[in-house]
Amino acid sequence: MAVDMTMPILIVDDYKTMLRIIRNLLKQLGFENVDDAADGSQALQKMREKPYGLVISDWNMEPMTGLQLLREVRSDKKLAAVPFIMITAESKTENVVAAKEAGVNNYIVKPFNAATLKSKLVSVLGNF
Amino acid sequence: MPAAAHDASLSARLDAARREAEAPLTRDDVAAIIAEVVGSMEGDISALDLKIYQELEALARYIQSAKAELAAIRADRIGQEYILSATDELDAVVNATEEATGQILDAAETIQTIAESLDEPTRDRIVELVTGIFEASNFQDITGQRITKVVTTLKHIEVKIDAMLNALGQEVERVRSQADAAETKGALADDKSLLNGPQLPGNANDQAEIDRLLASFD
Repeated sequence: MAVDMTMPILIVDDYKTMLRIIRNLLKQLGFENVDDAADGSQALQKMREKPYGLVISDWNMEPMTGLQLLREVRSDKKLAAVPFIMITAESKTENVVAAKEAGVNNYIVKPFNAATLKSKLVSVLGNF
Repeated sequence: MPAAAHDASLSARLDAARREAEAPLTRDDVAAIIAEVVGSMEGDISALDLKIYQELEALARYIQSAKAELAAIRADRIGQEYILSATDELDAVVNATEEATGQILDAAETIQTIAESLDEPTRDRIVELVTGIFEASNFQDITGQRITKVVTTLKHIEVKIDAMLNALGQEVERVRSQADAAETKGALADDKSLLNGPQLPGNANDQAEIDRLLASFD
């Protein structure tokens, strides 16, 4: 099935610069319907107000981290099926394992490049 | 003096000494307590009593010496001056790089917008180059997080130093007063003291202020 390039994507990061970088890279890949949130709790609120086709989230944020957001999403029947990619500087094995156990679809370590982002999107959404 | 009354008196004296000094007992405190204990003893002092007395006195001297040495290194300045300054400088690094990265992204986004109106080969080449700018801008997030970790470590060290200074109590205050007075006397600026490096925002003169300052000499 073809990827819906107009689907809304939610990006979550407490660094405005990183939000801009991800937004621009997504735009170059053809995804322009992008919203953002500054932490997990803000993201959760937005997800309950609007259906998103994908969430791309940082890990280290306050008051709600990306991992907590992921767990909240996976435990909410209405949100549980939303694909979730973690983009973070947390690169220890234990972090990746914890994210996987919580139900993450893919994991990108910062700093990352456009090719890595695209390959992870393809692996989660399919070819586009 | 009955033994029970004597114990109560000694306990009261020890409790009072502890309350008076947040730091461990000073040599004088220990000596005074020992003198009272020895003075209250009935009969001859045994060789063992004298040995214990000497050991306690040596211990008090050692504690006093250690406190003086720790106070002399001016550990109070590490927390109040150097760490505070270091964390401010690091915060300034994070803010400055974030601001500069924002400006770089502004320019890259504008270039990308302009490229959309150009022919396809040119546009593709420009988008490729702009992508490189976006990718390279990742550094700001990573350096920001690394610096935040360093700041956290410095603050942890500061807390530990504060705890040590509290334990040292009045000894530190005495040495600090003496050292501050000595520094005030020798505060004439030499060339080395003028090498302060970049100033934090708010502390620095901007170009207009410098121009005004220079003009004031005319």
